[in-house]
Amino acid sequence: MIELQNVTRSFAVGDQTVSALLDINLQLGDGEYISIMGPSGSGKSTLLNLLGLLDRPSSGTYLLDAGNVTDLSDEQLAHVRSQKIGFVFQSFHLVPRLTAAQNIELPMMLAGIAVEERKQRVAELIASYGLSERADHRPDQLSGGQRQRVAIARATVMKPRVLLADEPTGNLDRATGWDVLKLLEGLLEQGITLVIVTHDGEIGARAQRQIHMLDGRILSDSPRSS
Amino acid sequence: MRLTDTLKFASGSLRGSPTRTLLMMLAMSIGVAAVVVLTALGEGARRYVINQFSSLGTNLVILLPGRTETAGVGPGMMTGQTPREITLDDAEALLRSPAIKRIAPLTIGSATLSLDALNREVVVAGSTASLLAVRHMDIGMGRFLPDGDIHESASVCVLGNKIKQELFGNEQAVGKWVRLGDRRFRVIGIMAAQGESMGLNTDELVIVPVASAHQLFNTSGLFRVLIEAKNRDSIEQAKRDAEEIMLQRHYNEKDVTVITQDAVLATFDRILTALTMAVGGIAAISLAVAGVLIMNVMLIAVAQRVKEIGLLKALGAPGRQIRNMFFAEAALLSSIGSVAGLVLGYAGSMIIGQIYPSLPVSPPWWAVVAACGTALGTGILFSVWPARRAAKLDPVAALAGR
Repeated sequence: MIELQNVTRSFAVGDQTVSALLDINLQLGDGEYISIMGPSGSGKSTLLNLLGLLDRPSSGTYLLDAGNVTDLSDEQLAHVRSQKIGFVFQSFHLVPRLTAAQNIELPMMLAGIAVEERKQRVAELIASYGLSERADHRPDQLSGGQRQRVAIARATVMKPRVLLADEPTGNLDRATGWDVLKLLEGLLEQGITLVIVTHDGEIGARAQRQIHMLDGRILSDSPRSS
Repeated sequence: MRLTDTLKFASGSLRGSPTRTLLMMLAMSIGVAAVVVLTALGEGARRYVINQFSSLGTNLVILLPGRTETAGVGPGMMTGQTPREITLDDAEALLRSPAIKRIAPLTIGSATLSLDALNREVVVAGSTASLLAVRHMDIGMGRFLPDGDIHESASVCVLGNKIKQELFGNEQAVGKWVRLGDRRFRVIGIMAAQGESMGLNTDELVIVPVASAHQLFNTSGLFRVLIEAKNRDSIEQAKRDAEEIMLQRHYNEKDVTVITQDAVLATFDRILTALTMAVGGIAAISLAVAGVLIMNVMLIAVAQRVKEIGLLKALGAPGRQIRNMFFAEAALLSSIGSVAGLVLGYAGSMIIGQIYPSLPVSPPWWAVVAACGTALGTGILFSVWPARRAAKLDPVAALAGR
């Protein structure tokens, strides 16, 4: 469903041009479980931002569902993000003044979905993520694992096709991290495409397809274990 | 994103930092309150002057000797010294006009009033029985000057309330004889206390028949002739007739001035309205200052909430939506600030009204509308830049907090 053709992303640092990504060719299919690994500065976060349409390639083409999204306007990109892409961040990025339920509701509110439907979907998600008792708590009253579960609920509330997770367990202890990872992997059953960026080889090894990056290039892309 | 959601989200983020919000609202409300209070004062002054003029009489046209080319107070008006004076016959002749209901000639001078050993200098007004009706005065005790021939110099006088108190205390005054200059006058009435209006304090006035006053001051000219027109519509006609009659009687020489109360009133009205607007405008500057404050604090808020803005973008909010959120915040701030300012302003006006009861303090509607409009306008105008800045943030950098 996602195809990157000869994608390059370079930044101007002073009067030098630094390439964060060089000539990337990548195809991601529906329902795939992909991990992207590599040392810091290898370009894996830049790749994730490009996949999530938060950033634009300097050159090359991005096809999403066979449509070219490289040249869409900012407003159109925002719409595609809203409908097709979910994000989970290392530092959760919950809005501190909103309750757990309100944080989960946020993407639907931005998309202008009717209030009744919003309430219903939020209630479903809160129940299925075991957050019922924490729905009216603000993020600072939640544990790290609960915060990340709220963030995952928020990322999936619009029923996206792709979920992009940037070090989702990075700020969690080991046990909680595994719980969160299980939760993310559970989404694969619903046909979602899951992309996880991580340092942790143990976590990355769980994915069916593992991409290793170094210096802006794809070092290895393990074949699909069918 | 729905409008109600935008407003809810904006009010949520305002509540999220209550101190900042309260301070901005305070600045806004002080600006609005300043406009309301200052224009209320100006409007009060305007109404005060109009009330004073209205108490002078209704449908009033005033004839005075001398010619001033422009409306206003010339030297001749103050002294009555002019080439040709207005005589009692001139005044009587005015009644020929169908537009004129009644006239009251007026001669003003000062003389020593004495009763036995008591004496004081008083202002003496010579007039006729019509003065009571034309000037809307009230008699307190006894009766006013008798009707009859305008040339008859009866030795009767009517005392102002304060003069009576000073001379007679609580004793009966009507019927007693007093000395005014070198003549004796019998007191036939006491004016009701009514205080000052247009610089003439009737409480300290002695009123005698106009012919008697002329003898007393050894003059034959009138200081003023107060003319009451039949009704409001005939004021202009009365003015033209008065000019016409005086022209005929003064051998085609225009040596009198006729002013209408309305013209004087309109002039004062214009001056005081302009003054009120000027004062209101100066107060509105404080609203602009409040606007700059809002811009400043909004810029800080954008910097503080850069991660949140990045998140909203990642969740699919286009720049337009983020801009609208900041606009909504500014609009909410300014409108709540305006309402608070109105409450503050009206309360302040009421307090001033309590302290100065004679001043009819009340903010004019246009000032209230302008103050709220300016508050909302500056609030939104000064949030344009911060809102655009937020909308243009790069999502990747914003998420990283840069």
